[in-house]
Amino acid sequence: MNHGLLTARNAGLISCHSCHLLCQRAKQTSHMLCPRCGAGMHDRKPNSIARTWALVLAAFIFYIPANVLPITIVISLGKAQSDTIMSGVIYFIHTGMWPIALVIFLASIFIPLLKLLILIFLLISVQRKSNWRRQDRTRLYRITEIIGRWSMVDIFVVTILVALVHLGGLATIHAGPGAIFFGAVVVITIIAAMSFDPRLIWDTEEVSHE
Amino acid sequence: MDSFMACHDCDLIHHIKPLPAKGAAVCIRCGAVLYKHKPNSQERTLAFAFAALILFILANSFPFLGLKIGAQVRETTLITGIHELYLQGVQVIAILVLLTTVLVPFTQMMCLFYILLPLKFGRLPKRLPWVLRFLQRIQPWGMMEVFMVGILVSVVKLAKMAKIIPGISLYSFLALIFVLSAMTVSLDAHLIWQKWGAHR
Repeated sequence: MNHGLLTARNAGLISCHSCHLLCQRAKQTSHMLCPRCGAGMHDRKPNSIARTWALVLAAFIFYIPANVLPITIVISLGKAQSDTIMSGVIYFIHTGMWPIALVIFLASIFIPLLKLLILIFLLISVQRKSNWRRQDRTRLYRITEIIGRWSMVDIFVVTILVALVHLGGLATIHAGPGAIFFGAVVVITIIAAMSFDPRLIWDTEEVSHE
Repeated sequence: MDSFMACHDCDLIHHIKPLPAKGAAVCIRCGAVLYKHKPNSQERTLAFAFAALILFILANSFPFLGLKIGAQVRETTLITGIHELYLQGVQVIAILVLLTTVLVPFTQMMCLFYILLPLKFGRLPKRLPWVLRFLQRIQPWGMMEVFMVGILVSVVKLAKMAKIIPGISLYSFLALIFVLSAMTVSLDAHLIWQKWGAHR
């Protein structure tokens, strides 16, 4: 059905990832620079699949301490109470503030996990050269690109709490070790989504027509 | 080759055609947005960048939230929060917050001034390609709008235990978020690259 559609790769061209100029492909693309903007040019993002796999696995490993270790430690009247992400969510449900519980659950637990699972699905489907619903898979990729940043909410909440609740012996809030791992998960998943090349989803189509 | 482009999501080649006012061109195969018609892109972006700079200075000079327990009042700016994290030994997180809420938005504005101010007077800045590429690269790491949700969550979280006093810079933060996204959206990088390509 897609006969007559021409891709840059089939036409022997490379599209610059930064200024979108189409250039003739040189024999060796490894050191090719865009004649207009000077960015390094690649036919596809280099080592996209291996890089994305590595980052996804690293994010999964960090996801565990991020959820098990305390993200905040409240010291109130000499007593210390540590909270993980999930115990914070449960606390909000118990106190009836379910909209906030929902925001934190979505941003800190659901979105990072969803993002990692979508990336794994995309990686496996590309490696199996699947031609199943390409348009929807590209859309899934775009979603992972957009939602990742919203996971940072919890990190910002910790920053604000730490700054505000600083009342000497009465109450202080400290950032826990979980915050570091959680920050790592957010950053790594964002980089993982960036290193995945959605054009790989479509590459199999051209091969199957040749 | 200037009148063709490849879709960044599926590599399909498209012929670049002029768009109707405020129209957008979409890839026929995968549905990605290829380019948009942005009226007065340069002037608008520059105006938003100036507004953003003023709001940015305001937002970071005054406390945005205060907490009152009994007679004790504690007010905080974004920088004091980051400093506090740093002192507590979670320097990585402090740097992450500093980058995403202070340094990246500020650098974005500076890059835009560097590119758009000379263009406004009909000149091309010498390092334009490098700066514009840098700008496009740091864009995903500016997270002001996420920070705003963070403020909302913290306010609700603390509302039960103490009295929250909205600081004067809270309103500049609020306005800054809208101005920053308007600034990013109104920039037509494609147009600037074309100018650079044509004038060299």
